[in-house]
Amino acid sequence: MPRVWDNFVYNWLAGFLQDWVAFLIMGIVVMAIILNFLALLVMVLQYMDRRLIARFQVRFGPNRVGPSGLLQPIADTIKLLTKEDLRPRLADPLVFTLAPLVVFLGGTLAFAVIPFNRSGFLADLNVGILYIFAITSLGAVGIFMAGWSSNNKYSLFGAMRAVAQLVAYEVPVVVSILGVVLITESLSLVDIVEKRDIPLILLQPLGFLIYLAAATAEVGRPPFDLLEAESELIAGYHTEYNGMRWALLQLGEYVATFAVAAVVTTLFLGGWKGPGPAVLGYVWFMLKALFVYLLILWVRASLPRVRIDQLMGFAWKFLLPLALLNVFITAAEALMWPDFPWLLVPVNIAIALGLVVLWSSLFQLRAYRKVEA
Amino acid sequence: MTAFDFAFWVLATVAVVAALGVVLLRDLFRAALLLIVALMAVAGVYVTLHADFLAAVQVLLYAGAIAILIVFAIMLTRDVAQGNPFNSLHPVALAVSALLLVSLLWAVLATDWQKSFLPPLEPTTGPIADILFETYVLPFEIASLLLLAALVGAIVLAREK
Repeated sequence: MPRVWDNFVYNWLAGFLQDWVAFLIMGIVVMAIILNFLALLVMVLQYMDRRLIARFQVRFGPNRVGPSGLLQPIADTIKLLTKEDLRPRLADPLVFTLAPLVVFLGGTLAFAVIPFNRSGFLADLNVGILYIFAITSLGAVGIFMAGWSSNNKYSLFGAMRAVAQLVAYEVPVVVSILGVVLITESLSLVDIVEKRDIPLILLQPLGFLIYLAAATAEVGRPPFDLLEAESELIAGYHTEYNGMRWALLQLGEYVATFAVAAVVTTLFLGGWKGPGPAVLGYVWFMLKALFVYLLILWVRASLPRVRIDQLMGFAWKFLLPLALLNVFITAAEALMWPDFPWLLVPVNIAIALGLVVLWSSLFQLRAYRKVEA
Repeated sequence: MTAFDFAFWVLATVAVVAALGVVLLRDLFRAALLLIVALMAVAGVYVTLHADFLAAVQVLLYAGAIAILIVFAIMLTRDVAQGNPFNSLHPVALAVSALLLVSLLWAVLATDWQKSFLPPLEPTTGPIADILFETYVLPFEIASLLLLAALVGAIVLAREK
């Protein structure tokens, strides 16, 4: 399998350097490209977010800086860079400084294994999908560091909620993609894309829905943004942050959300596949990922924030049983029809719809046990 | 020195320094964070040993879930800001840990380690599954049952009357 850097530059470097030094140099160059790409992408995403949410809410959104407000992200970045660097006197200085970096790393490191094209990836790990789940869960450590070190009770509440939410939603996230792994018989993201000709969303509609919902909750996007519920917690874990550190926290959140969109694209929507020459793979991948991002945005604009007991109930009573059923059904299908014929597509969609409707009628968000005083 | 040797020494140094920090730091929260660093470094060592599945699971379960729960538990303890309270068990603790260190060192040094000169397996996920679900399926199921019992027990204990 060719890597993105197996090109003439690598061969030229390997000609007069040790093999692993050339490897290291190329790795650092590709990482720098990915990092800059993500930073620029977040500017675009953030502009899109503000404009589209405004459209959803019948407002204009940023429209003064540049044509249709296009220069707004640049103005915001300059403002954030030049702001005074404040830190609470009683904050833990080291942890307070490191926390935004950890949050940012948690989302960014996932992009090391995401294949943007047939050979457009930094590394193809045999356990790629496990690696992504492992590394993105580190973002929660960063959020916790931020909340704890701020020495502020609202920050701490936000951090506690973040951890409880992450631990609860990690389970349905991991279980929901088992169906994909059963069909493709691989944990490597490149193999998952290449194994089947059709997008796996057709064979795994239930897995797709569960993963999208659970992953949105895991990165703390609305309507699951209890960790920074502004009406209750000011801003949760980033109450005490400002300037560039705050920007890094925001950057981390956007990158993590885009990582979810990229994972959905890779697992369920056929990754880079699409008509046209191979170079267009990058375009197809970005189009699909942006579409998934829009889906997450749409949900955000449409639904109010859920309550904490609803949030926990949704993970344990709704998503997890459905995810387990999905694994069971997919495993049975894999045993009986290992080729997954076309006929299974309508069957699986019908099963998914039926199960969601059935479970929704059994599961009431409003019902919660009263705690006796 | 190959790249793998270099990576091993860097990771081993990080792991040992972080582990020392976990024991020596008075600030419980920083100690817990250093525990995460140490666990991550061990995952890195797994990578250099071509145990990719083990490395990913190490990060997912130990650094991602267990360490976070430890941090959570620390947060709920009293007087975290003052750090570890002093007590009079220092000599006993010293004796026990010295005994443990000596026995571990003896076990490591005295064992005649078997060396395999086969090329490393790639990928490891399939072979691990074969061993776990065929050869050792009974211990695996017993362990699952035990974990389930512990889970039910924890829920029963935590439930308010």
